[in-house]
Amino acid sequence: MFMIFGIPGPLLFGQLLLGLINGAFYAMLSLGLAVIFGMLNIINFAHGALFMMGAFVSWMLLTYVGIGYFPSLILAPLIVGIFGLLLEKTIISRLYKLDHLYGLLLTFGLALVIEGLFRNAYGSSGMPYRIPSVLQGATNLGFMYMPNYRGWVVLVAVVVCLATWAIIEKTSLGATLRAATENAPLVQAFGVDVPRLITLTYAGGVALAAFAGVLAAPIYSVNPNMGTNFINTVFAVVVIGGMGSIMGSIVTGFALGVIEGLTKVFYPQASATVVFLVMVIVLLTRPRGLFGKAA
Amino acid sequence: MTISRRTLLSAAAASSALPLVRARAQGAPTIKIGVLNDQSGPYTNTGGVTSVICTKQAVEEFGNKGFNVEVISADHQNKPDLAVSIVRQWFDRDGVDMLLDVPTSSVALAVQGVVKEKNKVYLNVGAASAALTGEQCSPNFIHWCYDTYMLAKSTGGAMVKAGGTSWYFLTADYAFGKQLQSDTTALVNAAGGKVMGSSAYPFPGTTDFSSFLVQAQSSGAKVLGLCNAGGDTVNSIKQANEFGLNKSMKLAAMLMFITDVHALGLDVAQGLNLTESFYWNLNDRTRAFTNRVKPKTPNNWPNMIHAGCYSATLHYLKTCADMGAAEAKKDGVATVNRMKKMPVDDDCFGKTTIREDGRNLVPAYLFQVKTPAESKGPWDYYKTVVETPGNEAFRPLADGHCYFIKA
Repeated sequence: MFMIFGIPGPLLFGQLLLGLINGAFYAMLSLGLAVIFGMLNIINFAHGALFMMGAFVSWMLLTYVGIGYFPSLILAPLIVGIFGLLLEKTIISRLYKLDHLYGLLLTFGLALVIEGLFRNAYGSSGMPYRIPSVLQGATNLGFMYMPNYRGWVVLVAVVVCLATWAIIEKTSLGATLRAATENAPLVQAFGVDVPRLITLTYAGGVALAAFAGVLAAPIYSVNPNMGTNFINTVFAVVVIGGMGSIMGSIVTGFALGVIEGLTKVFYPQASATVVFLVMVIVLLTRPRGLFGKAA
Repeated sequence: MTISRRTLLSAAAASSALPLVRARAQGAPTIKIGVLNDQSGPYTNTGGVTSVICTKQAVEEFGNKGFNVEVISADHQNKPDLAVSIVRQWFDRDGVDMLLDVPTSSVALAVQGVVKEKNKVYLNVGAASAALTGEQCSPNFIHWCYDTYMLAKSTGGAMVKAGGTSWYFLTADYAFGKQLQSDTTALVNAAGGKVMGSSAYPFPGTTDFSSFLVQAQSSGAKVLGLCNAGGDTVNSIKQANEFGLNKSMKLAAMLMFITDVHALGLDVAQGLNLTESFYWNLNDRTRAFTNRVKPKTPNNWPNMIHAGCYSATLHYLKTCADMGAAEAKKDGVATVNRMKKMPVDDDCFGKTTIREDGRNLVPAYLFQVKTPAESKGPWDYYKTVVETPGNEAFRPLADGHCYFIKA
């Protein structure tokens, strides 16, 4: 058996792969955050709670209505997206003229309320959600046993991330969006309904979080705290990648997943901290983040 | 001296309050019990609200023996600093006499000093660390229904006997996990087995164990020892199945409760060996207790911690009645000493005795989780493999190095 840094090669490959899986979640969540921040200038602290809602809605669809995993992948983001739309229309839109801090406090409060309501209704130990039968089982990759479902998650995450990036950076809709963030009155003068565009962008970012939630449901138990476990790391990812940078958050998400995975081999006790260590280093050397544009 | 309106007013207020104060003093004293545990995190189901319900059950069954009993509770969120400030507030402001449950060993150890300083009574049910009656022992303290030594001896001993001679540990990185790992390591080594490696993961907050599981798999060990509890145990077993570990290794859940088995489901949990000192379907008395308390907690049947809260409260109240509630409120050490002298007898654990170092010597049962086919009804999960009597289940008195035990 060959060794790399005193660690057996197969073990290292296994960890890299697992890091990518976690990274997939980081990437999808930070992507939604980056979209919302880039377009609306709102630091959406409710993102973790909406991620959790995505998982819960898919669990509810299965338990109460009998709708399975694959339709849930479309339906749950849609339902949570509509919830996000209402949230933006009724509450968040009132804060655009104020300092960022108000948006942060409001969404943080919203997250606590949403999580509290779910904890009250469903307890905190979590609901089981089965892996769909097509994706059950595992494949022996030679160096490790790879659960099929986790492979599927990485695949889907990469596709969704790239699609979102392409929509924002390469289509005319994306161009309008970016123009609206640069100079809203001018874009409005061209006959574009900017407030509606912003509402839909928020709903889109929320739907991305919910989508990640559905993907996460079979891996982690569906519980009210599942968002909180992720959100701190995800914020670090966005900061490292550069606030508002779409590609930045995708690449950083996957990269940090891998770094965390490697830390679990060399010094597992630090695995919860390493992301923040990277954040400190990046902030000291490149305050705008790895992919942030200069002011 | 001129008499201002304010002095007059305060004098009036004081005189009107006087009869009230006297009426209180003449009335029956109130014994106040504070249940402190995790009510929102990974240990919610193993303790949580069901512990409070079982405490109140004991109070209700005890009835009125010339003093009032009041139960309050709080969520310590597994944070030692928060727990210490709650406990100080309970003792200083709210007049709590007895502190109960307190799972999470780091928290349990942190409040030990406060209870001693205030000379109150501390009956720990939820925490596992055997250091609580060893190097960190206290004359104000009794450890009720299990500890790390007993788990290591019962579950670990059974695994080694069945051929599980090489181990890899997955350990929650705090007082409890470390103690459980070191107790189990000592036992495995003594039995001629060996430990191939271990991973300590950050607690609380870890939900993905895949990385550690893959490391365990590549270590070549025969047994994966899970030195964690509650939601962490449930997640690690689930993910071990996902990564196919159950095919190449034997899982030893060093601390697992019936509530965890319920959360996992029998198709995943079947065949696991685990140790508890209470099971609802053990005998007529345990069934009777469960039937009384079940309507109040229909979705979370009692495990050994819940039963322990009931048993500890009942014994404490009997002691208060025996020595007089006013006396019991005054001196925590005297109350605990009296509790150690009085025989313990209740529906959950039967007749037991409390040792000088504060260890309640309950019998330990090694259970095996039933297969879905063997299970006949709701929560019918365990088969008893072997019973270890209380005087053999725990660490010998002399090995604990408790400072007030004279060798």
